[in-house]
Amino acid sequence: MTATTATSTPSSLSAPNTGATVQLIDVVKDYAGQRALDGVALSINPGEFIALLGPSGCGKTTALRALSGLEQVDGGHILIDGKDVVDVPVNKRDIGMVFQSYSLFPHLTAGENVEFGLRMRKVGAAERRRRAAETLELVGLDHHVGRYAHQLSGGQQQRVALARALVTQPRVLLLDEPLSALDAKVRVQLREEIRRIQLDLGITTLYVTHDQEEALSVSDHVAVMYGGRIEQMGSPAEMYSAPATPFVAEYIGTMNRLEGTVVDGGVSHAGTTLRIEEAQSRPRGERVLVLVRPETVAVERANGGGGGVNTLVGDVVTQTFLGPVTRLKILGDGVDVIADVPTQKALSLPVGTRVAAVLPAEGARLLSLKEDVPQIAEEPVPAGR
Amino acid sequence: MSRSIATRIGAEPGKATRSVILIIVGLVFVVPIAAMLEFTFRAGLAGGYTFAHWTGIFDPAQASNYSNLLVGIGNSVVLAIVTVAIVLVVLLPTMILVHLQFPRLRRVLEIICIVPITVPAIVLVVGLAPVYSVVVTILGGDTWTLAFAYGITVLPYAYRAIQANLGAVDMITLSEAGRSLGAGWLRVLWHVILPNLRRGIIAASFISVAVVLGEFTIASLLNRTNMQTALLQLAQTDGYVAVIFALLSLIVAFLILLLIGRLGRTRGNRSTS
Repeated sequence: MTATTATSTPSSLSAPNTGATVQLIDVVKDYAGQRALDGVALSINPGEFIALLGPSGCGKTTALRALSGLEQVDGGHILIDGKDVVDVPVNKRDIGMVFQSYSLFPHLTAGENVEFGLRMRKVGAAERRRRAAETLELVGLDHHVGRYAHQLSGGQQQRVALARALVTQPRVLLLDEPLSALDAKVRVQLREEIRRIQLDLGITTLYVTHDQEEALSVSDHVAVMYGGRIEQMGSPAEMYSAPATPFVAEYIGTMNRLEGTVVDGGVSHAGTTLRIEEAQSRPRGERVLVLVRPETVAVERANGGGGGVNTLVGDVVTQTFLGPVTRLKILGDGVDVIADVPTQKALSLPVGTRVAAVLPAEGARLLSLKEDVPQIAEEPVPAGR
Repeated sequence: MSRSIATRIGAEPGKATRSVILIIVGLVFVVPIAAMLEFTFRAGLAGGYTFAHWTGIFDPAQASNYSNLLVGIGNSVVLAIVTVAIVLVVLLPTMILVHLQFPRLRRVLEIICIVPITVPAIVLVVGLAPVYSVVVTILGGDTWTLAFAYGITVLPYAYRAIQANLGAVDMITLSEAGRSLGAGWLRVLWHVILPNLRRGIIAASFISVAVVLGEFTIASLLNRTNMQTALLQLAQTDGYVAVIFALLSLIVAFLILLLIGRLGRTRGNRSTS
């Protein structure tokens, strides 16, 4: 992989406020009776970078393809700058798209690939070459103009694909898991570059991914999809700290899920009353789910006796090394908690140690158990590490 | 011991084994061809060897002897061109359309295209004879109309060649990429799909040409003259010249296959990451 140097925005691409407003209004899409998009509503401001995040089969790629025009929708409206484009074919929508699989035309060189969109727009040869060279320079591949796809690494191919999507100065850029086929190091490098270029160009961008770390790290806002609907949309910090639904809480980062009943002064769980501020406004007797991030749980050696306020007592049953922190799994009588503690401190809490896990009063979230709480098969990678 | 035997099973044969196999297979092909070549130089019952049979081909005085053969060659060339045109105009667009827009029909198309290989030529002719009685009344009895029958006989070969290429390239994503870049369907077809199907198209065309040039049964039973039927007629009057032309047609077929292989290698190298 060639080292890439950040380059300034080329003149042919630098246009202020080039991004468009994008709106999806109640978009519905069925596949053979199966609902893939169930009234998706999404609004993207000009120049905004939105990550569409969700597990496989949640409809995120279908939503992106509907916006691009590659999928016809069965209902709803798709507006680009206020104009309904539902009936506009993909080649007339003025969008740039980067695909998950390497989609460079194998019979063309990198330069010719980038020129392709300009050729389709009947731009003169000299102008095409100039703009293609500038855009390849933007993605750090100006020395690879004459190379074919098979002569480029995966990361380089996706850079060329990005340049190809950008050279026509589209008002909306759609990226469909563009980094999923790349190795971890290249992924991090390339996602930062995508963000840099997006900020430089001010292009409205929709980025589909199932990698929450990727979504949280590069986007202005994250929209989490589940079952063909957008569950929640917000800034990465909001999504992490204030999930609005059990699914989002479960999907983004790692979360302790403690079932309990609202009582006077808090939530009753495993024989302990958890004093949680949010419980004050809840009706007594309501069944709730207490959501607590592992990094907000304080762990100390238990000094005998039962648990105090917000304290759950149990034994450390596993330790998982995560670099700067170590994840402890604590099991006790009705207690099942995970806690992230500094690795240095974890050394003094080996497996089998009786510990007291203290939950924060303010950091915990409460969700009503009336909602259907989905189970996610695979534990998501902890975000923000 | 057992481990070494196990590792040898399924392993690539050694250089010596490969050479022996190659020589044996080579002899199976070369001996009859060499015998044909030797035969063309024989001076007849007098014994000895002569170039007379080869030079005789270019002798204007004997041109009338070969006129039917030249007609046959001409007909075969026309038939090859029309058959390739049928493959390119009918089969290729159908396959592209099914691949990109109607993938559920892929199995059906495959079965339809493979069926002709299971039908003996004689059976095909029995079925085609009444069809051709109608064709003759509409298009006349010219030999080129045989191309409709040949279009069916080359289907399995042409289908396989194009399908192998379609399967090797992610044509769906490429066409979607082309459309997202502003190309309509026709431009996607011309600028994206066809260039990436070049190998398959060339292979299908050349295989079709080879099949048509070697076809005898259908032409003979439908009373048409092509290169093979003319060669048979010529063999009854001048066996030497018939063998000379058979050799020449073999060389042409060999060159075609060599060309396909070379094109395949070139494209294969380019598409290997």
